[in-house]
Amino acid sequence: MSNTSSYIEIKDLVVKYGKVEALHGISLNVKKGEIVTILGANGAGKTTLLASISGLIRPSSGTILFDGQPIQNIDSAEIVKRGIIQSPEGRRVFSTLTVWENLLLGAYTNHDKQKEKDILEWVFTLFPRLKERLKQLAGTLSGGEQQMLAIGRSLMGDPKLLLLDEPSLGLAPLVVRQILAAAKEINERGVTVMLVEQNAVAALKIANRGYVIEVGRIVMDGEAHALMHNPEIQKAYLGG
Amino acid sequence: MDIFITQLSNGLAIGSIYALVALGYTMVYGILRLINFAHGDLFTIGAYFGLTILVSFALQGNVSPLIIPWILIIMAAIGVAIIGFLLERVAYRPLRNANRLAAVVSAFGASIFFANALKLIYSPNRQSYPADIINLPNIPIFGVDIQSKRLIMFGTAVLLMALLYWYINHTRTGTAIRAVAIDQGAAKLMGINVNKIISLVFIIGPALGGAAGVLMGLFYGQIHPEMGFSFGLKAFVAAIIGGIGNIPGAMLGGLLLGVVEAIAGGYVSGSWKDAIAFGALIVILIFRPTGILGERVADKI
Repeated sequence: MSNTSSYIEIKDLVVKYGKVEALHGISLNVKKGEIVTILGANGAGKTTLLASISGLIRPSSGTILFDGQPIQNIDSAEIVKRGIIQSPEGRRVFSTLTVWENLLLGAYTNHDKQKEKDILEWVFTLFPRLKERLKQLAGTLSGGEQQMLAIGRSLMGDPKLLLLDEPSLGLAPLVVRQILAAAKEINERGVTVMLVEQNAVAALKIANRGYVIEVGRIVMDGEAHALMHNPEIQKAYLGG
Repeated sequence: MDIFITQLSNGLAIGSIYALVALGYTMVYGILRLINFAHGDLFTIGAYFGLTILVSFALQGNVSPLIIPWILIIMAAIGVAIIGFLLERVAYRPLRNANRLAAVVSAFGASIFFANALKLIYSPNRQSYPADIINLPNIPIFGVDIQSKRLIMFGTAVLLMALLYWYINHTRTGTAIRAVAIDQGAAKLMGINVNKIISLVFIIGPALGGAAGVLMGLFYGQIHPEMGFSFGLKAFVAAIIGGIGNIPGAMLGGLLLGVVEAIAGGYVSGSWKDAIAFGALIVILIFRPTGILGERVADKI
């Protein structure tokens, strides 16, 4: 039954925090080159899902296949090397390091200097603001700039699959549009994107497909435009 | 004025040793929020390693007195670094996710183990580095004769600190150490192997502590197995004065504590120097509860 064209395929993933089950058997897949959005309210399990893909927590059962290889028991550092890079919820930039140092750490696993330079140029064209603020401490940036830095930092590791966890959180609508436009542009350069969002409208606008998570279960999935016009989604997430 | 300059030079010399040891406390705290109470004993082990190397290789008389300190420092630092690495693996890593107090008890246990192992291997008595090992003429500074060994000691310690500062601030691995201290989870997402970084900190800190032990033996002569306790406490105070977790803070705190202590010893009385040093700690903490350069509150231990 396994779909051979899936780039990442998650099957029956169960994650527990102590005795509390946070994900009750989640299955989903993302094909190469897609933007797939994971929608859901606070506490639905979206961040837990990304944490288990990134190897920060071990699932108690289920499999995660990336490019055909099981990765659910692999170390976070190795997962980054294989090309799955996460820009975490709340940006988590290193606030007392400079913008430049943050970007440098993004390229921690990348030892190809030329590639590092090329990606840096690309990050600067995506987010020119970062170039202006290179010497500044990351903690002194505005929220939108910190989000740009968090995404730029993930790009520095040369991702094949980029996991974006709530990039729009706490940002003004104009900045949200900028950030999501950048996500689209990153995707057009060949990076597969998994976009976790509460802001369903913004996410569905750029995504190919979407899944909806509610309390640890996938309750709905489909093409982005279909989800956008689904009455249940409109009621629950789009304020319709 | 003469007393002032003499005491200042003494203070800077001893303070630079405090600073080297304080760096070990502060780096470990910065990354694990753990006070490595066995760190003072690593300093003592360094002093003993230095003495053993000095005696067993018969360095004195055969090697230039300007090179001896470096041979001892490098070899002892390597030895203590290995012990520091093992200490983290054996005493702290298994308790990484346990109650914080468990790691503190483990640290005290390691400290007792080290002090007693030294007594068993060497002897519970004081031992001396040869007094004439660095026999160089005094150097006049501002009209006051300063012992050249004080200058060598200070210079060596400052050089080691400068190397560390450069490493932490200007290499990718050094930046990774700072990143792990700020946010371990985010550091993992950059592909940084946090366990490796923790091991590295338990290599660098003890290496500096061991080097400080050698300097202590070379320039003050006497060493004994329990000296790590009181000396470690002073260095710990220095780390807190500077702002625990902050690397330049540990350097500054060490030098400041050394100078305050020496000036107090010179102008008041030698027996009051500890009281005045700890008094200074209290005064500084009243006005700067997080230390001079510290931002975070040391709330965990």
